[in-house]
Amino acid sequence: MSDTIASTDAAATAGPRKGSLLVLDKRTRKRNAAEARFRLMGQIAVTIGVLALVGLLTSILMNGLSSFRQTYIQVSVYLDPAKLDKNGNRNLEDIAKVTTFGYAPLLKKALADKMAKEGISIEGLSEKDAAALISKEAPADLRRYVLAHPTSIGKTVSFNLLASGRIDGYYKGRVTMESAKLDRNVSPQQLMLADKLKADGVLTTRFNWEFFTAPDASDTRPEAAGLGVAILGSAYMMLVVLVLSLPLGVAASIYLEEFAPQNALTDLIEVNIANLAAVPSIVFGILGLAVFINFAGLPQSAPIVGGLVLTLMTLPTIIIATRAALKAVPPSIRDAALGVGASKMQSVFHHVLPLAMPGILTGTIIGLAQALGETAPLLLIGMVAFVREYPGAPPEGFFDPASALPVQVYNWTQRGDPAFVERASGAIIVLLVFLVLMNLIAIILRRRFERRW
Amino acid sequence: MSVGILILIVLGLALLGYFVGRQRALSKAANEGRKLHSLPSYYGQFLALFTAVPALILLAAWLFVQPMLIESHVSGLIPDSAIPEGGARSLVMSDVRRIADGLDALMEQGGLGEEDLTRMRADLTNIRSRLAEVGIALGSNVPVEVFDAAKTYRSEKNTGSLLMTIAVLGLSLASGGWAFMRIRPELRARNNSETFVKALLLGSSLVAILTTVGIVGSLLFETFHFFQIYPAKDFFFSTVWNPQFRGGSDLGILPLLWGTFYVSFVALVVAVPIGLMIAIYLSEYAGRALRNLAKPAIEVLAGIPTIVYGLFALITVGPFLRDWIAQPMGLGTSSSSVLTAGLVMGIMLIPFVSSLSDDIINAVPQAMRDGSYGLGATQSETIRQVILPAALPGVVGAILLAASRAIGETMIVVLGAGAAARLGLNPFDAMTTVTVKIVSQLTGDTEFASPETLVAFALGLTLFVFTLGLNVLALYIVRKYREQYE
Repeated sequence: MSDTIASTDAAATAGPRKGSLLVLDKRTRKRNAAEARFRLMGQIAVTIGVLALVGLLTSILMNGLSSFRQTYIQVSVYLDPAKLDKNGNRNLEDIAKVTTFGYAPLLKKALADKMAKEGISIEGLSEKDAAALISKEAPADLRRYVLAHPTSIGKTVSFNLLASGRIDGYYKGRVTMESAKLDRNVSPQQLMLADKLKADGVLTTRFNWEFFTAPDASDTRPEAAGLGVAILGSAYMMLVVLVLSLPLGVAASIYLEEFAPQNALTDLIEVNIANLAAVPSIVFGILGLAVFINFAGLPQSAPIVGGLVLTLMTLPTIIIATRAALKAVPPSIRDAALGVGASKMQSVFHHVLPLAMPGILTGTIIGLAQALGETAPLLLIGMVAFVREYPGAPPEGFFDPASALPVQVYNWTQRGDPAFVERASGAIIVLLVFLVLMNLIAIILRRRFERRW
Repeated sequence: MSVGILILIVLGLALLGYFVGRQRALSKAANEGRKLHSLPSYYGQFLALFTAVPALILLAAWLFVQPMLIESHVSGLIPDSAIPEGGARSLVMSDVRRIADGLDALMEQGGLGEEDLTRMRADLTNIRSRLAEVGIALGSNVPVEVFDAAKTYRSEKNTGSLLMTIAVLGLSLASGGWAFMRIRPELRARNNSETFVKALLLGSSLVAILTTVGIVGSLLFETFHFFQIYPAKDFFFSTVWNPQFRGGSDLGILPLLWGTFYVSFVALVVAVPIGLMIAIYLSEYAGRALRNLAKPAIEVLAGIPTIVYGLFALITVGPFLRDWIAQPMGLGTSSSSVLTAGLVMGIMLIPFVSSLSDDIINAVPQAMRDGSYGLGATQSETIRQVILPAALPGVVGAILLAASRAIGETMIVVLGAGAAARLGLNPFDAMTTVTVKIVSQLTGDTEFASPETLVAFALGLTLFVFTLGLNVLALYIVRKYREQYE
């Protein structure tokens, strides 16, 4: 005790007197500066993280929102019997012999008539170039209409036809007068005509329902491309994943959590599940290709194969979530059930499982959301194929070729026309909306039903 | 009979079995429930399980084995002479399958009877035009042997599914009947059906092992094939990747591995400091309000599918880096580059690193912080000199897990990194990775005999080994060096 007093005394007398607590010395200032720097670094990191999220979402929204609007041209088409039904007997087979090429002149004439009626003319624009305002998909739509309503032949019917991709892009800011001069697919005269048609109300831009229902379209017709087949294919796959992975995952978790003895087999299963959760998704694609397609002979591009692959991928997620939910049920519940004479199996199925169900469903929905966004394995099992036909009704439809939402996005990014970038971003928005909805359901389930003991 | 209907029938039988079993137990006990060993519903469950489960297992096994057996038998029927020059047996086999499908379609549309088919001969009728009617387009005229093989294929397939129906329904009835005979009041129905259910539970947890076996098996099997037709030495040590679809390709993995590691390195350089600082700031400094706001926002990043990041790299980050940095500095003209993919992948990994590190930092006991503050250390000194060293093994584990994720990531590099295999240092150059090449070698029309396709399996195996190794190492480090507090 006396030692310390002596040493402070010595310090007080020998060395120079230290400054008061109120005046910061150099070393303290340095330490405080370091503290402030460190704190600032933390703030910067958090800002970068949040900004990255904002930037990502803004970029997608900016590029994609316009895909929900689409430009249409309203014209009255005279369905000329001389061209569509040469025999005049309204026989469907004869009408079906007229190909889409037979319908294109009708559209050309209808637009020319419309222009003449409204008194619109553009110098240096041929009738053929004017007709190019209408999408190449329109004759096919017209033909489909005529085949469905053969009695309409000979009448004049008003149609809302798709405008071509470049005209659509003009009203979305993708195409300008300057870029049109360099573009082989569109000329400034065509854009001027489009402006005049718009002023007359012939050309309108409105909500694009076809984007959600139409199938994919070929490289030169981005305006007609839609997500119908992809949404249906994704829905089929999610159905397969749900039907297979929920019972399998729950059964496996119940075994591991409630029944498994401490032995080598249990350890092996545990190690396997942990490792499968970390295997890159593309390896599951290779598995699907080698086992389900080459070995078991299932068809390529089929939702059933995609569903099986995604099931194997989501199983670890579901098992981990289910086990956590089972673990959260307090042992007193089990003890009480066993105490009144229930068997182990009865205590689990009658008491523990119902109590854990909200947690299990939450985990399952999150696993499904993960599976919905997965792309890489689906590329390998042939889902990139160009599919225009809708898959049939289940269960046969599970074996028909289909696409999937994320794969459709990838597919569109590989096309040349910049209009497809807009479509791809639009598809991403649709995908994200689905994911947000699923996660919301999961959160609501958790809030509403989860019990805390 | 289609498989779906068969499954429905078996399930219907099981439902019927439930009621029959219950009723039989009750009637045997002269409607006195107390004479039964178990509750009546357990006798029903016992019968239902025995009716459905063995039959469904047989069905699954049959569906798996039958195509293989038929395929190998029919494939043996085709003589070498029927295989066109330079073609492969697998291509002829796919023709056989399509002809068989076409014949089925013809029969269905009523244009062809079973006797007509037996009389139909490839050298007399024009098969190709008949099949074109039902929408099956064939590349060339059908040789006699191939057509005969298709006929055999078709008939064997039909006999096979008939046999399957008989066998499945037979087994269902037989095992159900056996269980039915066993129902007596003394039968320990609950114990029996519980043991059965327990076996089913064990069976479902074995799916994880089966999946691993499937992955490793298919990768090893096809990689073995690959090394039979392509020297392993060239694959592992050649620095040229140049697949040619006419053969004579160079398939060296080194440029792909280099690209993979370079992109992953850039991603980790982005993700680790940011992720770690986010974790530190949110767990040590941030107030409750900020934490409640920022933590979910950053975790949203983890829930976004990778294709979204890929598109972000393709349409925003890539062009931005090219127009504002690479071109003005004369470093490159490509919008897909190592830096593009690396940056975007880094963003993807931020929540991964931050949430793992967050858990680990929170696990460091408060007493260690208090001790450090008591010695007069500032908050940042405490973090740097006390908390981080204590959390280091966990953080290293998190980084290794992030690295394994980066190596296996596919869509971001497919859309952001490019397709040119290159050994270089310029981060503004397009490079390619193992995953990109697996995708490009296996998409489209693939023919399974060529080294250009099979190499994807060798690449997949390499990828699997690397990611698995990193994961095992991460778990090992975390376990070995984890400080046990309390």
